[in-house]
Amino acid sequence: MSVSHGILSLLEERPQHGYGLREQFEAATGGTWPLNVGQVYTTLGRLERDGMVEPDGATDAHGRNAYRITDDGRAQLGRWYAEPIARDGSAREELVAKVALAVANPAVDARRVIHVQRAETMRAMQVLTQRKRVASQAGDVAQRLVLDSQLFHAEAEVRWLDHCIAQIPEAPTMPTEGTT
Amino acid sequence: MTDSILDLRAVTREHGTGDALVQALRGVDLQLAPGELVAVMGPSGSGKSTLLNIAGGLDAPTSGSVRLAGTEIVGMSATALAALRRTSVGYVFQDYNLVPTLSAVENVALPLELDGVGWRDARRQGLEALDRIGLLEVADRFPDEMSGGQRQRVAIARALVGPRQLVLADEPTGALDTTTGEFVLTQLRDACDAGAAALLVTHEARYAAWADRIVYLQDGLELATQGAV
Repeated sequence: MSVSHGILSLLEERPQHGYGLREQFEAATGGTWPLNVGQVYTTLGRLERDGMVEPDGATDAHGRNAYRITDDGRAQLGRWYAEPIARDGSAREELVAKVALAVANPAVDARRVIHVQRAETMRAMQVLTQRKRVASQAGDVAQRLVLDSQLFHAEAEVRWLDHCIAQIPEAPTMPTEGTT
Repeated sequence: MTDSILDLRAVTREHGTGDALVQALRGVDLQLAPGELVAVMGPSGSGKSTLLNIAGGLDAPTSGSVRLAGTEIVGMSATALAALRRTSVGYVFQDYNLVPTLSAVENVALPLELDGVGWRDARRQGLEALDRIGLLEVADRFPDEMSGGQRQRVAIARALVGPRQLVLADEPTGALDTTTGEFVLTQLRDACDAGAAALLVTHEARYAAWADRIVYLQDGLELATQGAV
């Protein structure tokens, strides 16, 4: 992420100008990802260069240009929502923003976004648990505690994702995936 | 999968009728092979415990097939089912379910004695089972003289004593602290690595992460399976 993905998600709902996008972005992410309007317009400029957004042609009372999402932008946004976030240092803030944006966007199946992420986090926990078992068998307490720390963080993430699923209204249909 | 210890196909379970109809399971498939530890997760009411009860023959499905140790148990007589359960599957519950008037080794040996094994031989096998998990020192203690973790580990030893190779565990770590809960999972994992199979219902991700596969249920449907890593 992805300020650009946040902006694409907001533009998928309706065309907007940069000031409105900044306000909506901060509202949608609960203030966890503050933006200044300069970042928004810089990002819009890059997105326009890359063909993800285009001027809507309309201006508001202050003469500000609105932007709308293009088909390429929608495709890019679809890929972002379909794939889990890699678990690196910046993952958690991006995850919070992504879930909040998904919930705020009626075009996105937020439950599916969460389930994809939940599966990825569980996979990471399986790997960490296997490594912890090896560390335990080798008597490496320090390594085990480091892995425990990562496991506790991942566990908290799963608990939060489960909480999110419980709080989001049921989607009309839920696809079954990856069944054995 | 022909060598499954447990093989559920298109299992449904309904309670009530008409407006009061509840579909606890809506067509679940699940196979468990020797050596596998499979965790079942999902929110309350998703059908986790119903699935476990049907897998062990404690509840009957409304439709579908349940093969336990190669034998179809749907439609089986109560007597035959009880005999198959006794020799094929062990249960572990959150509240341990040890017999309070029997010592640890007597609890572990109990299923063998019910199968007709002489008490001396049953006690010897019970002691060997406790020795394998490092709990020989509690062999002659009664359940109320053991810690919660020791009780649960004795319960798992009882579930796997004799010829049984399948453990069905319903929230076995629910009453335990994190460290003790991990002892319990280590024991289950070791048993599976030695050739047993276990189906673990848990709502805690840290314990599910010990599994080879994680099945996620929602509203009686298998929503996703996180496979081996």
